[in-house]
Amino acid sequence: MAGADGGVTRMRVLIRPKAGILDPQGRTVERALPALGFGGVSNVHVGRLVELDLEDPGRLPELCERLLANPLIEDYEIVAPPAGA
Amino acid sequence: MPSSPPSSRHRELGLTDGEFELIVEKLGREPNPTELAMFSLMWSEHCAYKHSRRLLRTLPTEGARVVMGPGENAGAVDVGGGLAVAFKVESHNHPSAVEPFQGAATGVGGILRDVFAVGARPIAILDSLRFGELASPRSRYLLERAVAGIGHYGNSIGVATVGGEIAFEGPYEQNCLVNAMCLGLAPHDALIRSAAAGPGNLLVLFGASTGRDGIGGASVLASAELGELDGAKRPTVQIGDPFEEKKLLECSLELLQRGLLGSLQDLGAAGLTSSAAEMASKGGVGLDLDVGLVPLREADMEPFEVMVSESQERMLCVVEPERLDAVLEVCARWETLATAIGRVTAGGTLRVLRGGEPVAELPVGALVDECPLYDLHPAPPAVALYPAPPATLAAGATPGQTLLELLGSPNLASRRWAFEQYDCLVGSRTVRRPGDADAAVLLLGELAAEGDAVPALGVAIDGNGRRVACDPYRGAVEAVLECSANLACVGAEPLGLTNCLNFGNPEKPHVAWQMTRAVAGLGDACRALGVPVVGGNVSLYNEGADGPIYPTPVVGMVGELPDARRAGRLGFARAGDTVALLRASGWAPSLGGSELSKLRGEPLATSLPAAELGELRALHAAVRQGVRSGVLRSAHDVAEGGVAMAVAECCLAGGLGAELAIADGEDPWATCFGEGPGGFVVSGEMPALSAFGDALVVLGPVAGEVLALRCGELELTLGVAELAAVHERGLSARMG
Amino acid sequence: MKFGVVRFPGSCDEVDALLAARRVSPAELLWHGDRDLRGADAVIVPGGFSYGDHLRVGALARFSPVMEEVERFARAGGPVLGICNGFQVLCEAGLLPGALLPNTSLRFLCRQVEVQVTGRPTAWTAACAPGDRLSLPVKHTTGRWWAPDPVLDELEAAGRVVLRYAPEANPNGSARDVAGVASAGGNVIGLMPHPEHAVDALTGSQDGLCLFRSVLEHGALVAP
Repeated sequence: MAGADGGVTRMRVLIRPKAGILDPQGRTVERALPALGFGGVSNVHVGRLVELDLEDPGRLPELCERLLANPLIEDYEIVAPPAGA
Repeated sequence: MPSSPPSSRHRELGLTDGEFELIVEKLGREPNPTELAMFSLMWSEHCAYKHSRRLLRTLPTEGARVVMGPGENAGAVDVGGGLAVAFKVESHNHPSAVEPFQGAATGVGGILRDVFAVGARPIAILDSLRFGELASPRSRYLLERAVAGIGHYGNSIGVATVGGEIAFEGPYEQNCLVNAMCLGLAPHDALIRSAAAGPGNLLVLFGASTGRDGIGGASVLASAELGELDGAKRPTVQIGDPFEEKKLLECSLELLQRGLLGSLQDLGAAGLTSSAAEMASKGGVGLDLDVGLVPLREADMEPFEVMVSESQERMLCVVEPERLDAVLEVCARWETLATAIGRVTAGGTLRVLRGGEPVAELPVGALVDECPLYDLHPAPPAVALYPAPPATLAAGATPGQTLLELLGSPNLASRRWAFEQYDCLVGSRTVRRPGDADAAVLLLGELAAEGDAVPALGVAIDGNGRRVACDPYRGAVEAVLECSANLACVGAEPLGLTNCLNFGNPEKPHVAWQMTRAVAGLGDACRALGVPVVGGNVSLYNEGADGPIYPTPVVGMVGELPDARRAGRLGFARAGDTVALLRASGWAPSLGGSELSKLRGEPLATSLPAAELGELRALHAAVRQGVRSGVLRSAHDVAEGGVAMAVAECCLAGGLGAELAIADGEDPWATCFGEGPGGFVVSGEMPALSAFGDALVVLGPVAGEVLALRCGELELTLGVAELAAVHERGLSARMG
Repeated sequence: MKFGVVRFPGSCDEVDALLAARRVSPAELLWHGDRDLRGADAVIVPGGFSYGDHLRVGALARFSPVMEEVERFARAGGPVLGICNGFQVLCEAGLLPGALLPNTSLRFLCRQVEVQVTGRPTAWTAACAPGDRLSLPVKHTTGRWWAPDPVLDELEAAGRVVLRYAPEANPNGSARDVAGVASAGGNVIGLMPHPEHAVDALTGSQDGLCLFRSVLEHGALVAP
């Protein structure tokens, strides 16, 4: 989806720890929630968001594979930018 | 800026009516909003030391080894071999109470910059932290985040954190203390000062870009009690980036090494305003500075915002015009932004321009040197200022139970939980790691060949709150003595001292009294020990609705050892060694103001015993010499928790027990658990130890795996393993 | 024989590695921006926080110009040692298996630990006897080495786990207590503990010296 000015496209990548790998950050958050008054929350995982403006959005998967994520330990998901962004 | 009647705008910025009138008189007109903002910071307590400057002038600052005294970014002492050690301690209390991770991190960042701003390569960090009682969730939160922040910054930038202290006392609940100390090394002739000089020379800003970090932070936070601030006044938190600072450090040192800079100053509290004004003031010159040339992180910043921003990791330097290209080339190589933003001028005016148009024009003298100084109006408190601490030790506890309670108490338990979060090794200089000895020991040069003596530094940081609250004069004397005693235990002779004075609201007579008495004690102790003050920091207004913090002078001391191979240790070394007490003839440990007294929930004592400073100086020298000669195989200062605690710590550090007996004196509890300067627990072999004469009292042998201590009717017998378990858990189990 | 020690923006222990290597043989620093190993016979990728650990530890450093030469050197059989952040960079570069994850405690930990020398001898461990216990310091936040189980089984079968934390001494939760691993050729190894901080009794143990001595005696380079 080309940007309004035809120059760059704003894209988002969500990076999360691969299922099955111990995620101490997610576990810590999950364990802290009941004491803060939030019950009924489980399966918490903590990852990263990368936002970027790209001239050629077609290159984003390669960029994810080579740099933004480590495929051995992370999954990534390219997220379409919100409409009108 | 929001418009408001001129008569009240200055009050919002923290200036009194009298100060505003003085500004108008000096300018011959009213200041415009940008100028008013600049005055409000430069004339704040934090920047101008209005209530403390007269008191600080009473401290001794001269000595044969002083290379740079107070007034520069850091002080420095000569350590031989053409080298100087630059060092200083600074507070970052109020920002840490708001955001402890970034507050502590940027505190470390700021003190590192102060050291490399004089041309010294930082080699070590120490930190002194004080929070409310550990039982309070807020205190645990602050401790967790502050330690993480210090570790994050120090570890990432690659400077070893080698020592520190942590204390928990009720009066710090609303006003935590985060004091960070740094030391660095430089050849004498590489030390640089900050005075700007040479009209026509360029003012170059390098480092990170400028945003809205901390706008108003120095003046607003550090000059008012936290309770007075509502959410709207809390400024943007300063965010530190140690990676940026590492590049800045290497870039600065290379610029200095190449002789490209005329002077250098780091940007800290009050940002560009303070750095530029101080450089100009020291040099007796003026400066023209164009905010339009400052690289900004955010669009549309007003001139006053650019001038007061506290964005981190920035430096200001003066450069001869023909050297500018070389300076920019070095900065480019270190991937550090650098921009010429102004010029040194003759005459003493600081002119702020935007795109060439003047937006502020102020006499430098008015900003920096002519801030009014205020006399303190001290009066001893009419009523007790602090409540008795909560009792945590059951009445009727046996001596063994008492020792275990002390060992596991938050103030005395092992600090391993904290110091293992710090890299104490980077730089390959660390001879004594946290927990090995009473002070850190760092190599001065590279490791030498076998057999050669290896010169080293000893460094310690010690503060005192509760005992200074009992007796501000004697408590402050004790803080200096404790630092010197800790250095003696590693075999180091003190060369210089830096101090951070943390107090409440100086406009209140009882706080003014605490300050006046404490600084008097500090000064007398420094004079008696022959240790000059080379720099320091003051943090006032640490007080909330519940009253002031304990008066807390924090002392950092650097000393020299001729041979690192003879650095002292605190742990008993060998079964069969003799344990002894080395003490001053007037040594009289008492329970007033002691940790045991605190655990019993007793009200604070109202005085502490006097110390005979001449005798203590000689005793410290004797311990130092004993360590250097090897006669003392271990040496440990008797401090919090008294002799019983000290011997327990020696057993734990050495992994060995001991069978000890002490003459009981008037009160065996005071003898075993009482506190006061002038006692050391040492070990070594007889007959060599008898060279100490009457100062030495033999206690018994290092033996077995049990600590047995007898003092009159007071007896305890505890396994070293049990002592270790309690000691290890005291802090770590409460922190998770 | 000459050591080359890489320096990235944010490296912290490169000078320590340089000083340690010099106890055994000449050594010099290699700037990250230069595609040039300056004739080094053995390369050390040191500890620290290259690029501030931003994005992911070691992720940015592995794309430095100097790393192109290090990768070429390694694939030709040249001895390469990755220490802590260096281990992270070598895993990101695919020169070593697995990846480094945050410590289970989520905290930085600086502590002296015992490790055992295991597996087949390599260029960097041949001078240490198998089963030897070395006392070395660790200091890291992201030291939990991990690889999928099939990879772990294969590595252990091939003797490529070269250092393991002593029982009860694992400081970061790494899989199967792995502290260091080797490439298939045995010329590249990575480890989280810091041998460069264990070369003098005055500042710690001396157990790290055997790694630097090993490569002097056993690190023959296969010509590219």
